[in-house]
Amino acid sequence: MTVTSLRSRIDGVVLGTSAGGVEALSVLLPALEPDIRAAVFVVLHLPKERPSLLVELFQHKCRVAVCEAMDKAPVEPGTVYFAPPDYHLLIDRGPSIALSADDLVNFSRPSVDVLFESAADVYKERLLGIILTGASHDGAAGLDAVASAGGLTIVQDPATAESRTMGEAAVRRRKPDLVLSLPAIARLLGTLDRTGGRQPGREQ
Amino acid sequence: MTDRDFDIELQLLIDAIYLKYHYDFRGYATASLKRRLRTAMGHFGVQTLSQLQHRVVHEPSTLTALLNFLTVPASDMFRDPSYFRSLRENVVPLLRTYPSLKVWVAGCSTGEEVYSLAILLREEGLLSRTIIYATDINPETLQKAESGVYDAQRVSGFTENHRRSGARASLSEYYTARYGRAVFDKSLKANIVFSDHSLATDSVFAEVQLVSCRNVLIYFNRELQDRAIGLFCDSLCRKGFLGIGAKESLRFSSHGDAFVEFVKNERIFQKRDRM
Repeated sequence: MTVTSLRSRIDGVVLGTSAGGVEALSVLLPALEPDIRAAVFVVLHLPKERPSLLVELFQHKCRVAVCEAMDKAPVEPGTVYFAPPDYHLLIDRGPSIALSADDLVNFSRPSVDVLFESAADVYKERLLGIILTGASHDGAAGLDAVASAGGLTIVQDPATAESRTMGEAAVRRRKPDLVLSLPAIARLLGTLDRTGGRQPGREQ
Repeated sequence: MTDRDFDIELQLLIDAIYLKYHYDFRGYATASLKRRLRTAMGHFGVQTLSQLQHRVVHEPSTLTALLNFLTVPASDMFRDPSYFRSLRENVVPLLRTYPSLKVWVAGCSTGEEVYSLAILLREEGLLSRTIIYATDINPETLQKAESGVYDAQRVSGFTENHRRSGARASLSEYYTARYGRAVFDKSLKANIVFSDHSLATDSVFAEVQLVSCRNVLIYFNRELQDRAIGLFCDSLCRKGFLGIGAKESLRFSSHGDAFVEFVKNERIFQKRDRM
């Protein structure tokens, strides 16, 4: 199957990153068209004490709706959800948002693995998992789960990442479908299927 | 083992626990429940949830151990200091107007939130006329909560949170450090009632002025969440207060209309005067 045909079935995109993540996301998220069918979920490791400014930061850069994930909220297409600091972000049946304050995973809360594994469970082959720059091994098991459920997996080329640890750990665990530069990932995200008509309004 | 098999076995396990022990996890949110059970499988060294089910049904001690994977996890003292600061500044002045107070900490786990509130109420001069009901379904964590003993390594984080909550004294006033553990002042416990109570199966037991239930509802599905919020609503006096977790919402509850936002950013709600 070609990447194009794989891409056309995507209903969920999960992104995991830590060190250098804000810059990487600043390249990727503005590439999303406002009327895409998929929902996008982001785990970025952040210090827990600071209120997250990600929504404010990206709201102005993006054409899609951007919000912080709220527990039990039904997942809307064409929306970017950020994991709140100090909570795990999971996708539950529905699909809907589920948060948890369970123990740290890979020294992290939110953890990339927790998001990816739960999203793989719900979206199966309709999920695209992407591991970006990061100084942690978090996400390797999660991306493996995405692949096992039949989803598409991409790792930002570690040679081009600000911090290569996260990508290398993911690639070592299981060869991803694609290893791409940031601009190439942005191009791919820019061609996700669009709903054509309805443009979901920006939240908040 | 396919995902579908796992889902089937999960449902059977949850039903078995309910039938045998009357612990009701049937309304728990699936995503986190699955994750916790996968962790538990590793801990118990079983390959399938059916194997775990066999052990749970035939060895009650396995259930005791499994509960620690399934029930609400431990929190930090004064987690989200701004919540406690807001209680002090906005809610305490109204609580002062009651001759006696009842507070319910639902899903108290190992008690961090309970002691946080007890300390706050003592600092505000209200503890002596307050009863705090601290409830949970897990007997082991309730026992830990009642002991009021925490790992000394966690205390520096608690101290910083406490300071940021607008504390009137240092947290060290309230505990003694012994052998790497912090033992909280027994006198705090004089006004706390620790009790077994299930938000899934039990009913209201007292009229209270404040319910604090933070990061518990996230583990419930919408139906169970709605039941719990209904209990809080029935338990609260008119104009009583409900505090929920920073990322939780009453938006998806049929009881949402019974409350008004009191401090929006801190998720503190007030029950309406008249419904």
